[in-house]
Amino acid sequence: MSLQLSEPLQITIDSLNETFSEKVIEIYQSSGDTFVLVDAESIVEICTHLKEKLDYVYLSDVFGIDRYTSKERFEVVYNLLTLKNPARIFLKVRCEEENPELDSVSSVWPSASWNEREVYDMFGIRFRNHPDLRRIFMPEDFKYYPLRKEFPLLGIPGSIELPSSTPDTE
Amino acid sequence: MKLTDIQQKVNSSFFKEHQKKLYQSLEDKHTTIEELDDGDPLTTKMVLNMGPQHPATHGVLRLVLQLDGETIEKCKVDIGYLHRGVEKIAENKTYQEFMPYTDRMDYLSPYSNNVALCTAVEKIASVEVPERAHYIRMIGCELARISSHLLWLGTMVMDAGAVSFFVWTFKEREKIYDIMDRIAGHRFTVSHARIGGVANDLTDEATAYIKEFLNTFPNELRDYHKLLDRNRIFFERNEAVGVLRTEDALSSGATGPVLRAAGFGLDIRKLSPYLRYNEVEFEIPTRLEGDNLARYYVRMEEMSESIRIIRQCLEKLPKGPIRTDNAKQAYPSKDEVYYSMEGMIHDFMMTDTGICPPDGAEAYHAVEAPKGELGYYIQSDGTGHPWRLKINAPSFTNLQVLENMLDGEMVADTVVIIGGVDPVLGEADK
Repeated sequence: MSLQLSEPLQITIDSLNETFSEKVIEIYQSSGDTFVLVDAESIVEICTHLKEKLDYVYLSDVFGIDRYTSKERFEVVYNLLTLKNPARIFLKVRCEEENPELDSVSSVWPSASWNEREVYDMFGIRFRNHPDLRRIFMPEDFKYYPLRKEFPLLGIPGSIELPSSTPDTE
Repeated sequence: MKLTDIQQKVNSSFFKEHQKKLYQSLEDKHTTIEELDDGDPLTTKMVLNMGPQHPATHGVLRLVLQLDGETIEKCKVDIGYLHRGVEKIAENKTYQEFMPYTDRMDYLSPYSNNVALCTAVEKIASVEVPERAHYIRMIGCELARISSHLLWLGTMVMDAGAVSFFVWTFKEREKIYDIMDRIAGHRFTVSHARIGGVANDLTDEATAYIKEFLNTFPNELRDYHKLLDRNRIFFERNEAVGVLRTEDALSSGATGPVLRAAGFGLDIRKLSPYLRYNEVEFEIPTRLEGDNLARYYVRMEEMSESIRIIRQCLEKLPKGPIRTDNAKQAYPSKDEVYYSMEGMIHDFMMTDTGICPPDGAEAYHAVEAPKGELGYYIQSDGTGHPWRLKINAPSFTNLQVLENMLDGEMVADTVVIIGGVDPVLGEADK
């Protein structure tokens, strides 16, 4: 299927194809949004290029997806916005189920910090060189990753310590 | 203040690991700055825990502040006390069933959240929405914006010391509740939008209420301006407080009025118009100062722009159906359900299976909620349940800005700055 790109997106895709011809794995569109699947190892490099050369100054969101496949199970999506000629592009990287690790892009956009913490909290993907990698919603004492598909909807009984119901008596 | 000292004093009884790491990260923040007064002979330094149960934190926000006298040296924000895992719940519900949960995300402007979910589902499943429904949604969204900004105004001014103001803005909010009651049948959590349209048409009574509100509200707004615009106490509390510099604004990820008060006219309504925002005229208020006062002006002007939009919507409101007439995409009307067998079956199928976007489709759609960019990303696996639904919540991103904004401010200004950023924890904690 041929891509139907607006002018600013066409420039972005051309520039990415030119500079990172080896690293761009797939470019596709769905419901009018453009997704670019890239090599996980060079995510910081590509993001720096997007920010410095192509003016993608605003990182709107970072989130994870559990694909539940045996290979390359987790996917992390970066939602980027350029403002000069408004355009939105989605960068995707994939990582394996065993010990998933990615480079943090918080050196490129400081706002990635909390979003990456959320991905770590929900999927257990660790980010290298992250300034403050802690869980964000769940307490640190919690040992599971709730948005992984194998985590039951009702939670795991006893997985989280609750305060004493009679605090005065200790 | 050394970490070991803090831990000795706190000695928390549960979530030990969590507390330990939180204080550790507070100590680690700005470690490049060398501490000159390591001994602290006057013992001016202390760690102050504010929240999660604190009336001025607008919900269950917890701040851990390291103070030097009255100045905040550094601050860490701890969220997650209202985490309900709505994204997980969404994966186990049909798209329409999930809508009441969105009401409870940003509970100050439920209508915007409904519309945000609906527009995203309509984008991924390519549903055509009738013209009239677009305009009704716009009216609802703008009323929700006014309602949300009124609550911000009341509480922020209350945080700055004027308690009676809160009652006056709530008088106006009450009118919006009444309007919502007439539009949707609910005062607070409205759930009025439906995939493919809206639940029911505007009645004459509802239109009359909206028109009455449009006539009286500008006078109220003028009175608020009269009270605050030349008020010295209000200025002292807000001017040059909680400054977000223009050069930091984009990289820090700020959104909505916080970003617009720092000089960027970024508004999804103009950037990628949804509904029929390209057919109405309105301005995007921006300021350059980036302080709390700038946020006040931006939100106040946004309210008058909302009034302008609603006026134009009522003028342009076309006649016609309010929900798409396609049994595979939207609920049939109640008339059909009660009086025809097919309608009954379609209603049942919509409730049981719901709308099924194509397998493997992905879509992201953002709307401009009162707090900023509210986006829904949906990935479908071809069934009636989303495979993944991600909510890009504006309060979440703005709270991250707050964490860095508080460094170097006075501890007495904390509540005013939180009020100015206007986070809603239901949304930030998901």
